[in-house]
Amino acid sequence: MIEFLKRLFGQAGSSATAKERLRLVLMTDHLELAPDMIETMKLELVDVISRYVEVDRERIDVSFERQDRTLAMLANIPILSVNRPNGNGAHAGEAKPAEAKAVAAKPPTRKRRRRRKTQVPATVSAR
Amino acid sequence: MHQRQDSVIPGGAIEAAVTLSESSEASAAGVTLSESSAASEVEGPSTKSGRAIVITSGKGGVGKTTTTANLGTALACRGASVVLVDADIGLRNLDIVLGLENRVKYHLLDVLEGRVTVEEALVADKRTENLFLLAAAQSREKDEVETFKLSALISRLRERFDYVLIDSPAGIELGFKNAVAGADEAIVVCTPEVAAVRDVDRVVGLLGNRFRPRLVINRLRPQLVKKGKMLSVDDVNGILRLPLLGVIADEPEIIVTTNRGEPLALRTVTPTGAAYHAIAARVAGEDVPAPIPPAAKGSFFERLGSLLGGGR
Repeated sequence: MIEFLKRLFGQAGSSATAKERLRLVLMTDHLELAPDMIETMKLELVDVISRYVEVDRERIDVSFERQDRTLAMLANIPILSVNRPNGNGAHAGEAKPAEAKAVAAKPPTRKRRRRRKTQVPATVSAR
Repeated sequence: MHQRQDSVIPGGAIEAAVTLSESSEASAAGVTLSESSAASEVEGPSTKSGRAIVITSGKGGVGKTTTTANLGTALACRGASVVLVDADIGLRNLDIVLGLENRVKYHLLDVLEGRVTVEEALVADKRTENLFLLAAAQSREKDEVETFKLSALISRLRERFDYVLIDSPAGIELGFKNAVAGADEAIVVCTPEVAAVRDVDRVVGLLGNRFRPRLVINRLRPQLVKKGKMLSVDDVNGILRLPLLGVIADEPEIIVTTNRGEPLALRTVTPTGAAYHAIAARVAGEDVPAPIPPAAKGSFFERLGSLLGGGR
């Protein structure tokens, strides 16, 4: 029905599609990285971050945004819990999953439970 | 052919050819400019510091040659002396757009390789005063041009003309690099298409800041933009973020005038002709109001309405 109405009142213009395709294609052009490399980078980035905090791997969102003539990488990484500094620091998240669990098993306050979103803007050279 | 001989090189130009005293670098590059009578017709004193502007786009078929011909015509109509250099070696087109194909006798490589002087190879436009063409070689290849020789030629031409417009070939290879080498400014031509914008983006990246590239958006169809079926000027330049020189609508009259070999810029009364003249004014540094994208003609009922309502 909605499709029919869209067709009746002039469908959402193809210029929007063109614009979005252009945006995406230029993004990768400027990165000069293949899409699978971006994926690898994302995974490695998450590995590093999860040494310090427990993150929700399923809901990680990495995107790129053009700001004037530079490109910014925006990573949206939901944090499930923060590892304690005495919890053997650097490798808590990855190497010692049991310990990470112990942290999560503590009676969580509401605040801690709430998913915190962090934006990690990192500038990647445009060309 | 004979006609061309008369109009461009008055008899004895070859004998009259004198290598300019300060042309050591140019003659080293095999370029000699003559002080023939044709040259003094072109310009009196030969110490201008004209501007060399390359017209480029990356993608082919977006209207580089048409833009070069029309911008050159419009600049010459303003009283400037202009030479158009077709740097698309192997695919000579600029002569066709200007309607000068029957007058071309020598070409760019003839000059670069020292067979003829620049004045012998320059073709005077048949309609516009102070407009000259240096045609590309048709049966040669782009890699036969030596970059430093072409650069030297462009700087010699800048001493004689107010504007040297270089029509670049499509692509980003050697032909493009040669065309760009002698220029100090760039105009990039883009159509409202994903591929064209991507290519312009790439070319602008290659050009860097030295050429201060400015944008001409070509082949815009206002009706389609209005319906959301074509990228708008804002869509295109929201991505490219370049100083906008002008917007040219996709009008049938461009095809008609190209068929006839007469640049549309000669017809200042048409909106597209006027748009080319506005671009020329902006290139000349005149403070012209910002380019207005061509408006979509209203539907039949809208036009009827405005007719009845006193044409608002």
